[in-house]
Amino acid sequence: MSTSYRQLAIDGIWNNNVVFAQMLALCPLLAVTGTATNGLGLGMATTIVLVASALLVSVMRNIIEAEIRIPAFVLIIAILVTIVDLLMNAWLHDLYKVLGLFIPLIVTNCAILGRAESYASKARILPAMFDGLMMGLGFTLVLVTLGGVREIFGSGTLFANASLLLGSSFDFLEMTIIPGYKGFLLLILPPGGFIILSLLLAAKRLIDARKQSGAELADVPPGADVKQVSI
Amino acid sequence: MKHQSRKSPFQRGVTYRALKLKKRSRQLTRGLSGFFGRNRKSPLYLSMLLGLFALVGAVLLATSHQATSQAIAQRLKEDLLGSLAMVIPEKLYDNDLVRDSYGFKLKSGDERIIYPAAKKGRLSALAYQVTGQGYGGSILVLIGIDSKGQVLGVRVLQHAETPGLGDKIEVARSKWVLGFNGLSLGNPPAEKWAVKKDGGRFDQFSGATITPRAVVLAVRKGLEFFEHNRLKLLNRQSEAGS
Repeated sequence: MSTSYRQLAIDGIWNNNVVFAQMLALCPLLAVTGTATNGLGLGMATTIVLVASALLVSVMRNIIEAEIRIPAFVLIIAILVTIVDLLMNAWLHDLYKVLGLFIPLIVTNCAILGRAESYASKARILPAMFDGLMMGLGFTLVLVTLGGVREIFGSGTLFANASLLLGSSFDFLEMTIIPGYKGFLLLILPPGGFIILSLLLAAKRLIDARKQSGAELADVPPGADVKQVSI
Repeated sequence: MKHQSRKSPFQRGVTYRALKLKKRSRQLTRGLSGFFGRNRKSPLYLSMLLGLFALVGAVLLATSHQATSQAIAQRLKEDLLGSLAMVIPEKLYDNDLVRDSYGFKLKSGDERIIYPAAKKGRLSALAYQVTGQGYGGSILVLIGIDSKGQVLGVRVLQHAETPGLGDKIEVARSKWVLGFNGLSLGNPPAEKWAVKKDGGRFDQFSGATITPRAVVLAVRKGLEFFEHNRLKLLNRQSEAGS
């Protein structure tokens, strides 16, 4: 059992990463990763929704018939996101002003439906939620890395405005990496997102290729959900 | 290969079909599917199931909307008051800007919401929104103006300008927008109400001229609106106030 959880973690964060392996959720990814802080915001919001939707889908997996599962999942996710949106707007308004932009983006995030379909609908509650958490962390990792690289080379700062998102106790995160930097507009605009993303993808493949040539791939437990998507 | 040696809880759920045969699942849906007996693949059952999902979802959404709408309206009002407080200094008014607001009919047929600031019943300042056409669409500008027509403050509420270039109109990113404070239609003279590139006195940003030009024009339009409707705007409050 513990190895399975371990495998879920490895898959979620690296092997079957939402962006690096499944190539999902690219639209919100490229739209918001102008800064590391924005990436972190979308990552956190997505992770919460991933875990909650995994819980709901897993709980209801025996009620939902296979024929209607897709509309049912879409309903569950859309309702969940809308309720989170309303509740945050009403009672966590300061956080909402920062994260609010990202929440509607989550509904269109195919990664959530993807996990509901390929894992949560077939797994028990705890593994399903854990898978959601790990997938969310993997997604957050890519978002923050991509946002960080674009921010450093695009505007010379890192985690600008992080205290708006996380509270004033996190203002130590806000750094100016290159003082007096004029900025490099291309990286802040969407094309820069594509360029950096492709470089990150190439780096990931390089690391994997190195590992593979070095040692035989580790034996993958049968229940784990490893999916290689060819691009 | 040690594939078949262990049975983890993960494997048990692997196929959808295997799960459905489980006793527990039948118990869970006893209400509806009991009615249909074993025929859980019938289109009628499936559509009723999906309809049930939609119904439960609609009830949940309606309930949470009901529960949050008042709080959200309150928050939005606080937001508006917050931005109004940035363009009209607090010491100038003791009224509720949002409650006293009214619609002013423009020549174009549209209405402009005016937020009148009054101290002890005397009108001291006004705030209203003007829009400019920027590079990425409309720029929503809130402008505060005192009863003599002098700018008290300007803030950009909403825009879709290029990040890193045009977004310097936000006060969080640059002090540029504070440069309007204290100015009026005669100071500088009308022809100087433009960016430097157009012969005016306002700075443009390197790489972005359209955005600051749009904001300067929007503020100028806002001041002209006050100038043209000065009497109406000033008298309206004294009626309401007395």
